[in-house]
Amino acid sequence: MLGGDDKVREPYADYKGWLDNEDIKRLHRKSDDAEAFFRRTGITFNVYGEDDGDERLIPFDVIPRILSGNEWRKLSRGIEQRVKAINAFLYDIYHRQEILRAGRIPVDLIANNIAFLPQMIGVDPPGGIYTHIIGTDIVRTGPDEFYVLEDNARTPSGVSYMLENRETMLHMFPELFAKIGVQEVSSYPNKLRRSLAACAPPKCDGKPVVAVLTPGIHNSAYFEHSFLADQMGAELVEGHDLKIVDGRVAMCTTQGYTAIDVIYRRIDDDYLDPLNFLPNSMLGVPGILDVYRSGGITIANAPGTGIADDKALYSYMPEIVEFYTGQKPLLQNVPTWRCSEKDQLGYVLEHLEELVVKEVHGSGGYGMLVGPAASKKEVEDFRAKLIGNASNYIAQPTLALSSVPILAKQGLSPRHVDLRPFVLVSPDRIDITPGGLTRVAMTEGSLVVNSSQGGGTKDTWVLEE
Amino acid sequence: MLGKTAASLFWMARLLERTENSARLIEAGFRIALTHSSSAADEWASILASSGAKKNYLAKHEDYSSAKVIDFLLRDNSNPGSVISLIKQARDSARTARIALTREVWEATNEAWMNLKNALANPVDERDLPDVLAVIRKQSSLVRGAVMGTMLRNDGFNFIRLGTFIERADSTARILDVKYYLLLPSIAQIGTAVDNVQWETILRSVSAQRSYRWLNGSDITALSVAEYLILHRQMPRSLAFCYAQISDNLGYLEHEYGSEVTSHRLVSDICDRLLGQPVKSIFENGLHEFIVEFLAANNSLAAQIETDYNFQDRIN
Repeated sequence: MLGGDDKVREPYADYKGWLDNEDIKRLHRKSDDAEAFFRRTGITFNVYGEDDGDERLIPFDVIPRILSGNEWRKLSRGIEQRVKAINAFLYDIYHRQEILRAGRIPVDLIANNIAFLPQMIGVDPPGGIYTHIIGTDIVRTGPDEFYVLEDNARTPSGVSYMLENRETMLHMFPELFAKIGVQEVSSYPNKLRRSLAACAPPKCDGKPVVAVLTPGIHNSAYFEHSFLADQMGAELVEGHDLKIVDGRVAMCTTQGYTAIDVIYRRIDDDYLDPLNFLPNSMLGVPGILDVYRSGGITIANAPGTGIADDKALYSYMPEIVEFYTGQKPLLQNVPTWRCSEKDQLGYVLEHLEELVVKEVHGSGGYGMLVGPAASKKEVEDFRAKLIGNASNYIAQPTLALSSVPILAKQGLSPRHVDLRPFVLVSPDRIDITPGGLTRVAMTEGSLVVNSSQGGGTKDTWVLEE
Repeated sequence: MLGKTAASLFWMARLLERTENSARLIEAGFRIALTHSSSAADEWASILASSGAKKNYLAKHEDYSSAKVIDFLLRDNSNPGSVISLIKQARDSARTARIALTREVWEATNEAWMNLKNALANPVDERDLPDVLAVIRKQSSLVRGAVMGTMLRNDGFNFIRLGTFIERADSTARILDVKYYLLLPSIAQIGTAVDNVQWETILRSVSAQRSYRWLNGSDITALSVAEYLILHRQMPRSLAFCYAQISDNLGYLEHEYGSEVTSHRLVSDICDRLLGQPVKSIFENGLHEFIVEFLAANNSLAAQIETDYNFQDRIN
């Protein structure tokens, strides 16, 4: 909210004017209302390994994070460039592999990568799209310094929170939205449906039937799965509702089996098809990959997209962007040390206390080390793990993440945030919803924003111009 | 609509109906225990039998003390038929069928679960029992109100109603099953009053003691009580009423889907064979036999609905 000179930054000027006249008690009351609303609506998530009776709320903070239209334009141009490059990279890597032939990235990185699916080689996804939905994680370290932290090209989650956070804010502070022009986000579900339907497979005859594939009500993101299906007017299916009928993926309805054209799957590649991947998966559909290859269904995102957001590959993203777009990347990459390389590992081991070390295939903030926040023992334990399996890790500097105030018990207090804008890719267009999900580390000084680690969320405003 | 979604709607409604019936049975039992303590143990035993939980109960407890029975029926997580287990399962079904529910119905169900979890967090003191039972019945009413007031009259709505009436018919028949012997001694002298307390328990457990009086005055006979619960078309918990509704709901689905189903033929058959006779002939042929036959027929009907509409269709 404040700039380096302690003056209110421009995008926040109107909001700050409103805030200065607000009673902090009223804000706290609104905050409690919001929590009750989230519980009543069932906007909760299950934490793995805890009693299933224990559903948690993701803490919601009532102070919005605000970006100017100008800041947003710059960001979205950078994201669009990156998303285009990712799709071009995926097409290439599953076809002619020009980027490998050109020697721009090492062959080993692909050949030995579990996220690379040989089953996808030579397959043309419907509409030519691999990543229908992307959630690019962005961090900010200065007025004009934005970094991409992760590309989340598999099954990014959190968009339901973006939508419900805005709904909640509109409900609680209608006067604010009358006063300040904020770009809307509520058309996301409609755009998602349109975007999915635009990639119907060759065998689709008529209006595309769209379904969301969920692992079921015990999955931590089940709320989001049912929310999106509901908002799109799509069926919400589980693996056991589906089987292959006449070369199509069909769902069991009250009137027999009906073919599905586009499936927005919220399960990982490994679980998608027990015939082609993990044989004991109960979540997927046996044979779905064969139907996919024969043009009977669109799977969004396509199988095998994980290779594009692999953390080891991440460090090559600037090369990838340049290779496919012919332009310099508009958004910066966080400097990354690949622990698989001996000299880089040496540096990482010497500077463990300063670095953030992540598993190449990890997510959700699990299995990572935040050097500056870790105890001596945690650092040493991690060092042993790192030496034992170096190629499984990358390291990055601890960035001075930007902060935004939250409503704490005593009043406003700064907390570090990141930003996950949501991108929809269609054959003819790329839609980036203005705003996204701002995740906030609720503990003072902490840099970990993941909801599984106690992080919260905020509504994110992009101002109209 | 997915078969799974239809199944979840059907079961959501069944489980909510069961929660409510359970509260009603406990209320009837509690009242007996308060006013006629000598017959309390018998009454609790028959209530456990009505709710199908007697065997489970006896595996855990040796006697029928009010406190133990009430706790078992309300709060015991190991009892799948306890109110707390039922409401959790009902809410899980609602979550599974979330996209087929309006926001109001979902929130009413979710709040029912939150409120009951809260109300049943600790053992319920006898002083608070009437309030807690009232909360349980109210939560169920709120969901029903949201269903009636906000849902499209589509297939989903009809699956919900089917679940409600299958469960309700089952519940009323079970109460009769456990209590039928109370009505029997009077057959020999039709027209003789049944023992006051006994008939009142029966009527109270279906919330019908007052409506019965409005319709029948003080003229209380075994025949008229049985007729009221089995054949009366205005009484919303009678078997005949439930079956008229079930027939409507299945008729709607047949029309909507454009295909006839076996379950609707079963309903006509049950209506003709069992519910189409005067109460006198039910008594002459044996009330107990009638109830046993009805419960079996109701179960087969539920199974046939599941088959007709692919509730259980699994690929494996």
